[in-house]
Amino acid sequence: MLFVIALALVACVWEMYKAIGPAEGGSILGLPLPKTTDRAMPHTWDMVRRLGEPENRGGSDPIWISVAGYAWYTFRLALLGLVMGAVVGIGLAVLMARFSFAERGLLPWVIMSQTVPLIALAPQVVSWSGKVDIFGWEIPRWFAVCILAAFLSFFPIVVGTLRGLKSAPPAAVELMHSYAASWWETLVKLRFPAALPHMVPALKLGATLSVIGVIVSEISTGISGGIGRAVLSYGQAATGDPTKVYAAVFGAAALGLVLFGLVVSFDVFVMRNRPHEEAGNS
Amino acid sequence: MSAVVVNHVSKVFNEGRTNQVDALVDIELAVEPGEFVSLIGPSGCGKSTLLRLVADLIHPTSGDVLVNGKSAAQARADQDYGMAFQQSGLFEWRTVERNIELPLELKGWDKAKRRARAEEMLALVKLTEFGRHMPWQLSGGMQQRVAIARAFAAHPRLLLMDEPFGALDEMTREHMQSELLQICEATGTTVVFVTHSIPEAVYLSDRVVVMSPRPGRIVDVIDVGLGDDRTDDTREDDRFFASITEVREALRGIEQAEILGGVEDR
Repeated sequence: MLFVIALALVACVWEMYKAIGPAEGGSILGLPLPKTTDRAMPHTWDMVRRLGEPENRGGSDPIWISVAGYAWYTFRLALLGLVMGAVVGIGLAVLMARFSFAERGLLPWVIMSQTVPLIALAPQVVSWSGKVDIFGWEIPRWFAVCILAAFLSFFPIVVGTLRGLKSAPPAAVELMHSYAASWWETLVKLRFPAALPHMVPALKLGATLSVIGVIVSEISTGISGGIGRAVLSYGQAATGDPTKVYAAVFGAAALGLVLFGLVVSFDVFVMRNRPHEEAGNS
Repeated sequence: MSAVVVNHVSKVFNEGRTNQVDALVDIELAVEPGEFVSLIGPSGCGKSTLLRLVADLIHPTSGDVLVNGKSAAQARADQDYGMAFQQSGLFEWRTVERNIELPLELKGWDKAKRRARAEEMLALVKLTEFGRHMPWQLSGGMQQRVAIARAFAAHPRLLLMDEPFGALDEMTREHMQSELLQICEATGTTVVFVTHSIPEAVYLSDRVVVMSPRPGRIVDVIDVGLGDDRTDDTREDDRFFASITEVREALRGIEQAEILGGVEDR
């Protein structure tokens, strides 16, 4: 409900600016103001109406069906990217929680990895396909995109999981110690469950980053089939069909929300037996 | 064979540094099987440290600790003792019965055997119908009972308790003390019990070990002559008050020495 209200508010702000802003743009105190012509800022209702019209002149199916197809393709890549990011992220966090030298040695690299701009990295990684093969399996271009998505999403997961693994109360750690539990048993029975409340928000961040990673990689490398390419090609049609690109933007937003929703349902499932005040604030 | 032997044990924290603390100096203590011994003293007297040494959670700087005739490390590896702390320390993601099963899981028991023992333990602490509840759905006193059930689950011959009732209100506390005594009586468990409540120490114990801080040491061991059959009436018995007075005076002796010592320091 709140989401719908927020959406309506955004549309209102858009239309309000369009009504009062200068048609050919301008500047206030040196800040540029965007143009408000129909080509630069189409009406929100035109964007929505465009969803029902065919992708190309003469086509029969409305554009939202094509967009849904692209979004589904991108969604699968983003989901795989998130899963890969989670596996790598959780693995690294466990390693760092186990060996403090691993934490000291790895954490700077983990942080540094996030300062590398994805657009610079994407063409490199995509160019591996056809060149690099892992045990006879050649990396397809779509998998390179997944790697890039994982590269973005693993970061919050490492940080969140590491913090979570360290959040087990000292008394509980001592209790496990008094049972002569091994490090592994302590990890499985205590540290991991204790880490979950920290891991869920990290996974939520990771999910959105994974979607961004896939779309940006698609755009910067021109890989076809996904929503990123649709944003690119629809955008090129902006002169004659300014509302078309928004169909792709809506598709990207929707798939991000679906992936986010998936993580939220995972949250609800794993936290169903936890005290509610704790489950509620994540 | 004594259940616990503490042999000339000293413990120094931060040895050689400016913040060096002599937590315990030359402690000698033997606890016989089936005996209930309380450690009491002002904060900083090392009573918790002594308990943790027996549990092998920390290691003595000098001297050695024997539990059931074995080294403390071996006794911990064999899970010869159960432990309970002031915080119940229940895992909030496990049901009450699965919390009680935790030490049994780590011992490698199969599921059916674990479940049967958990039910037995729940009956012991009178929480039979709460096995499927989550810990946070229970009151503080009930959570502490679950923690005690967990400590008893593997039927240890020795129980180490660090102010287990410290966070409970007075009424729950007295009730829990009586229950603990009944369980120990029924199972023949040896208990080493850390507390800073004089009536609690006297009501529960066969012997009360009075400790003093800076450096931590044993200043007195008081035999409580209340016999094995203790009920709520015991709390109004003259012998109960006599023992309380005895412990209190031993503790007061420490306080006075502390004040005088403080003056000398300056």
